[in-house]
Amino acid sequence: MNVLERTDSGLYCRAADAWIDPSRPVSRALITHAHADHARPGCGEYWAVDISEGVLRQRLGRDITLHSMPYRQEFWLNQACLSFHSAGHVLGSAQIRLMVEDQVWVVTGDYKRCPDPSCEPFEVVPCDVLITEATFGLPIYAWDTGKRVATEIRDWWHADRERPSLLFCYSFGKAQRLLAELNAIGVEEEVLLHGAVETVTRHYREAGVAMTASRPVSELPRKDSLVGRLVLAPPSAHRSAWMRRFRSPQTAFASGWMAVRGARRRRGYERGFILSDHADWQGLIRTVLESGAERVYVTHGQSDVMARFLRERHGLDAKPLDQLN
Amino acid sequence: MDAFAALIEELDQSTGTKRKIDLIAGHLQQADAHDAAWTVLLLMGERRKRLITGRRLREILQQASAMPDWLFDDCQSHVGDSAETLSLLWPQLKSDIGGGIHNPGVTIWINQLGHSPPMHWWMEQLLPAVAAMEAEEQSSTVLAIWESLPNDRLFLFNKLLTGGFRIGVARGLVVKAIATGFNLEEALVLERLMAPADASEHWFRALTAAASEERGNRGPVPYPFFLASPLKPETIEDTAPSEWWVEHKWDGIRGQLIQRESGAYLWSRGEELINEQFPELIEMASAIPADTVLDGEVICWAESEQQPRPFSDLQRRLGRKNVGRKLRLECPVSFVAYDLLERNGQDLRSAPLQQRLEQLSAVQQRMDVNTAGWRCRLSSGQQLEHWDQLNRLRQEAVEQGAEGVMLKHLQSPYLSGRKRGHWWKHKRDPMTLDAVLIYAQAGRGRRANLFTDYTFALWEKQTESTSNPQLVTFAKAYSGLNDAEILELDRWIRSHTRERFGPTRSVEPELVFEIGFEGIQASKRHKCGLAVRFPRILRWRSDRTADSANTIEDARTLCDQVVKRTSSL
Repeated sequence: MNVLERTDSGLYCRAADAWIDPSRPVSRALITHAHADHARPGCGEYWAVDISEGVLRQRLGRDITLHSMPYRQEFWLNQACLSFHSAGHVLGSAQIRLMVEDQVWVVTGDYKRCPDPSCEPFEVVPCDVLITEATFGLPIYAWDTGKRVATEIRDWWHADRERPSLLFCYSFGKAQRLLAELNAIGVEEEVLLHGAVETVTRHYREAGVAMTASRPVSELPRKDSLVGRLVLAPPSAHRSAWMRRFRSPQTAFASGWMAVRGARRRRGYERGFILSDHADWQGLIRTVLESGAERVYVTHGQSDVMARFLRERHGLDAKPLDQLN
Repeated sequence: MDAFAALIEELDQSTGTKRKIDLIAGHLQQADAHDAAWTVLLLMGERRKRLITGRRLREILQQASAMPDWLFDDCQSHVGDSAETLSLLWPQLKSDIGGGIHNPGVTIWINQLGHSPPMHWWMEQLLPAVAAMEAEEQSSTVLAIWESLPNDRLFLFNKLLTGGFRIGVARGLVVKAIATGFNLEEALVLERLMAPADASEHWFRALTAAASEERGNRGPVPYPFFLASPLKPETIEDTAPSEWWVEHKWDGIRGQLIQRESGAYLWSRGEELINEQFPELIEMASAIPADTVLDGEVICWAESEQQPRPFSDLQRRLGRKNVGRKLRLECPVSFVAYDLLERNGQDLRSAPLQQRLEQLSAVQQRMDVNTAGWRCRLSSGQQLEHWDQLNRLRQEAVEQGAEGVMLKHLQSPYLSGRKRGHWWKHKRDPMTLDAVLIYAQAGRGRRANLFTDYTFALWEKQTESTSNPQLVTFAKAYSGLNDAEILELDRWIRSHTRERFGPTRSVEPELVFEIGFEGIQASKRHKCGLAVRFPRILRWRSDRTADSANTIEDARTLCDQVVKRTSSL
């Protein structure tokens, strides 16, 4: 028996009559986290982790029907017993555990294993069947600690006080992690934020995450040169009209993709800082093994590679998710 | 080595040309001359003998680890560079491999590595020694070196060892940096770089020594080429036609022929000396008066023939180190001169084109016909009378085996590089066919991990084995899409993959692209029996479905038309 099946709208649990991170509007959606490719508008009702509520409502609309649950609390939908478990990806991100009869399936959503001061750590959830992501599922990807990357970023910023330092990063998750990592290494100087980063950061502050002081760039007078300041902005702002305000800034991008030289040069940033909110190769494998699952489905990115490696090296019944039926 | 590594890292992290020049100049001023010599050679991408292949290096890591072959392949096609792939994998694999690599020979090298040895020690002692070792010793030494190096040095070590060191610094930029750093003229630096390089302290000192005596002429150093832009008729239609000189745009390679007392020098547009490929032209040059510099086209053109041979004949001679008698006979070359840059040692580049052409004609008349003969031709041209002549002249030029016409302002000086407004090229329209995308492969360098190398196919309506139409590979193309299209197509390819063959994927045959090319001819080497020149993507035909793409038959018809057109003359 399969607890989950693939449909045009995404993964569906018949026993609960609910979809996980559906790609189009459905009656009932279980949401792993509030990134736009996982949480889409228009569903009848949403089930998600309580601390993700702020960002979720901001992105999907204030008046969505949302049932918010604390981590680890079991709840029943029809014949399925469900619970959310921390995924360590961003604030309020969850793995979803589904128990139907005596079978336990876990959908990891996006996750990471490195410590991150801006969200709860990943929780290992034993299961029979695991559905894991594999965005960075190649052994060339191995992350340094956030602390070490934050130190590199601080040094880069402080080494050039003649120009503004523009650091591009995803506006939800990465930016707040950076503020928290900088805070953790003792940076007290105020960091400036692009509007898209600011709106999300508010929710992190409300959730009590300790972060370096920040302020939206828009609050500073237009004629302020911003020389020597660190500014966080989403990648979409790179080379946009918004960027004209900064005269000859030094630019960098913080992302796991920066591990490969060609990928960094193609994007045209001067510096790349390797910082990801996804699991690296070892993190993915460790997660699969620790879950104790005998059957594994792999999705996102390097699903073929991961699945083959898990089959050949670890003797697991592992397949790309598109082979689930 | 530390200083060199720091330089490479800083170059890698800077995007402006000015900044790169300053970095290199600053480094060369500080560095030990022996090390600096190596830096210059490496930055200029001077071809060195490969010490170890990327494949051998990979084999070393693979034998020591338990990582399967296919996983290496996947990583490598994702990264797009074998040395970089190994540098990223080593930190992952080293804990599996562990120590146990202790033979006394290795220990000596590792000890020295610990004392920040200079760059020339790496280049002259360590790397050649590693390359010369027997297989087993080589493996254990490379592993031990990897073990002892910090992670951020692995890439540099692997790159230097595999010899393919390119970092996105153009040769011209290094020349500028040397000129800036040591207060020299660029022309002088270029000239000095012509001397054989040997990566020694002596060579670097000679390269950067202060200019001593006044030089009489530029010696063998070429002038920068003046380049034309594609014609935009609307930009010149308000000028008088008689201001313009029209001549054939020949389908050969651009060349600058310099004749000095010391000998003749033939340069390609890429500033490579190509004397060895074209000995006949060097012989011919002895008939030219000394201190003359000609700009023109190198092309295959036999003595008795009315028009030049196709580019494919010339191609047979390019890239050959030595040209034999047989090839000389089969593919006779000639130099078609169309500009005069220097006469009697006098730089004519600021004189108007009209004067330069008159002087060019005078030079050619004075040449010794017996020696030079047909190998030096004067490009024929004419002053334009009416604008409506232009397309007819272009058509005639194409029929005479040219690519189209050049339009040059008669008052134009000879500038350097691509400066718009004075010289225009007006080529025939490319031939086009609509073809179906069937394979994609990831690019390298900046295009690593993006599917940017595409293979296109045409329909074969019937074959012997089946009456169903089949798609047959027709051409590969890499250019023509903008960045947004590349990303969109990359996503499409990932979600429409049928099969994987190593780094290559076959995709659903659904997308149609208009492919443009400059020439088409029969070829036994290609599956479809045809070879095209300069294929590129003209546009993504999202309005078309695969079944409406062109057929091999259409391509053969194009090919026949080309053959007919050239043989009817």
